[in-house]
Amino acid sequence: MSETNPLREEIQNAITENPVLLFMKGTPDQPMCGFSARTVAILQSVGKPFAAVDVLPDPRIRQELSALSNWPTVPQLFVNGELVGGCDIVTEMYESGELQQSLGAEAEEAPAPAPDVAQPESKPLSIEDLR
Amino acid sequence: MSAESAVATPEELKARIEAGIPGAAATVTGDGHHFNAVITASAFRGLSRIAQHRLVYEVFGAEIGGRIHALSIQTQVGEPA
Repeated sequence: MSETNPLREEIQNAITENPVLLFMKGTPDQPMCGFSARTVAILQSVGKPFAAVDVLPDPRIRQELSALSNWPTVPQLFVNGELVGGCDIVTEMYESGELQQSLGAEAEEAPAPAPDVAQPESKPLSIEDLR
Repeated sequence: MSAESAVATPEELKARIEAGIPGAAATVTGDGHHFNAVITASAFRGLSRIAQHRLVYEVFGAEIGGRIHALSIQTQVGEPA
């Protein structure tokens, strides 16, 4: 099992190459799960660009991602190559202003409650883009 | 998988979290598939949020995403009442 694993390497490269990267179910325009939708809405509200990878087209993406990150669920947000967390942690960090800080955005005076609805905006990154 | 019944219950999740994490007190709600857990535990002290959540996920292993379809987690450091 220790021989090269091309898919895992692609995932690792995507994490390294994209300063803000969200692995999610569906795309920012069309999230396929409430937790992914909520995380996208929060990132869009912060207003910094982010890349997104849809894990749904191939179940191995999710499998390899979880093995790599030691995190069982999707979505997963990576900032500067580090796992920040899933929807719960991203929501908490947004509400406390830590997320804005870690993304280099100015926190609002009084951060609004986490938004619920995703607005289509960001360009989805397909796994083909990783190749 | 253990001898747990097919449908997960908030009571089962609460009991397993409290048994699996030292000094934990949990409040769990849910419908059998989607759950929300608010957990206070002394074991969380000094850990990042990521590490705190991993402790909770480790209680359930591969059941997360399967038998337990989704588990929202909020963690707090502290002693149980």
